[in-house]
Amino acid sequence: MSEAETNPNNTDDSWEVAGQRFNSRLIVGTGKYKDFAQNAAAVEASGAEIVTVAVRRVNISDPSQPVLMDYIDPKKTTYLPNTAGCFTADDAIRTLRLAREAGGWDLVKLEVLGEARTLYPNMVETIRACEVLANEGFKPMVYCVDDPIAAQQLEEAGAVAIMPLGAPIGSGLGIQNQVTIRLIVEGAKVPVLVDAGVGTASDAAVAMELGCDGVLMNTAIAEAKDPIRMARAMKLSVEAGREAYLAGRMGRRKYADPSSPLAGLI
Amino acid sequence: MAQQITLTVNGDARKTAAATIADFVRELGLEPQKVAVEHNGEISPRSGLEAAALTDGDHLEIVHFVGGG
Repeated sequence: MSEAETNPNNTDDSWEVAGQRFNSRLIVGTGKYKDFAQNAAAVEASGAEIVTVAVRRVNISDPSQPVLMDYIDPKKTTYLPNTAGCFTADDAIRTLRLAREAGGWDLVKLEVLGEARTLYPNMVETIRACEVLANEGFKPMVYCVDDPIAAQQLEEAGAVAIMPLGAPIGSGLGIQNQVTIRLIVEGAKVPVLVDAGVGTASDAAVAMELGCDGVLMNTAIAEAKDPIRMARAMKLSVEAGREAYLAGRMGRRKYADPSSPLAGLI
Repeated sequence: MAQQITLTVNGDARKTAAATIADFVRELGLEPQKVAVEHNGEISPRSGLEAAALTDGDHLEIVHFVGGG
């Protein structure tokens, strides 16, 4: 049990992934924002210490365009390079080898997609890529299906965090199968973060109440009418959900149970 | 004037007089410390970009971090 689980007055409820310690349990993406300034303001409001980033070709024809690093300082915020858009293990491995060279760190987000329509992961390719990357010294946090067996296999393949989808990427449908997310949490020895599917603050709270170590989201903040306000809402909901999980919710009853005493009724 | 060579950079042909990858990256207006380079299919370590010599017909992939989820 961590300190926070035994002492409710202890506000240190940090978590650790691959030997790195973080206070915020919210990881945010950096895609789909109106501009870099809005993106940076949303990251600030979210309190996130880790942001996901993509690896893409530089624009040779106009290299003077502003870049993400000018707005979100990788020395202050941990960049988690992803493999978004990769449909094979080989593409994902190539992308992360380049990312390691560009950034100089090993903590990465692996995702190998199965098809464009659903963006569901291809788990055979994902597990294969995870093995190769772990053997090369990478620390892969892995986007995956909400399948407790696949989660175990990923852990055996060297995943440093299991990141099951709550619903399809960018769908905002919320956590569709709370049972499988809870089973993954119960079975995992590494951190579990819901990655994808969160639409609004209550979805993030649900993930945390299920015992997840964190939540990763992008679209729910970037596509909100007021992304900066939603970023703050997500910060609060992740904290609230975590507190509720640590507090331990009441049991469910089939029928009513009065809160006022029955004795002494006039 | 230095000898011009032709490279394939991110899929497009490009002429340059740069002798090394680092020189070429700077010629593009980019900082070598903010990019990663694949040189003929192999990762070119950042620490070696200053020394990595270019020859006519080389293929380069130059990438960096952009916003993503």
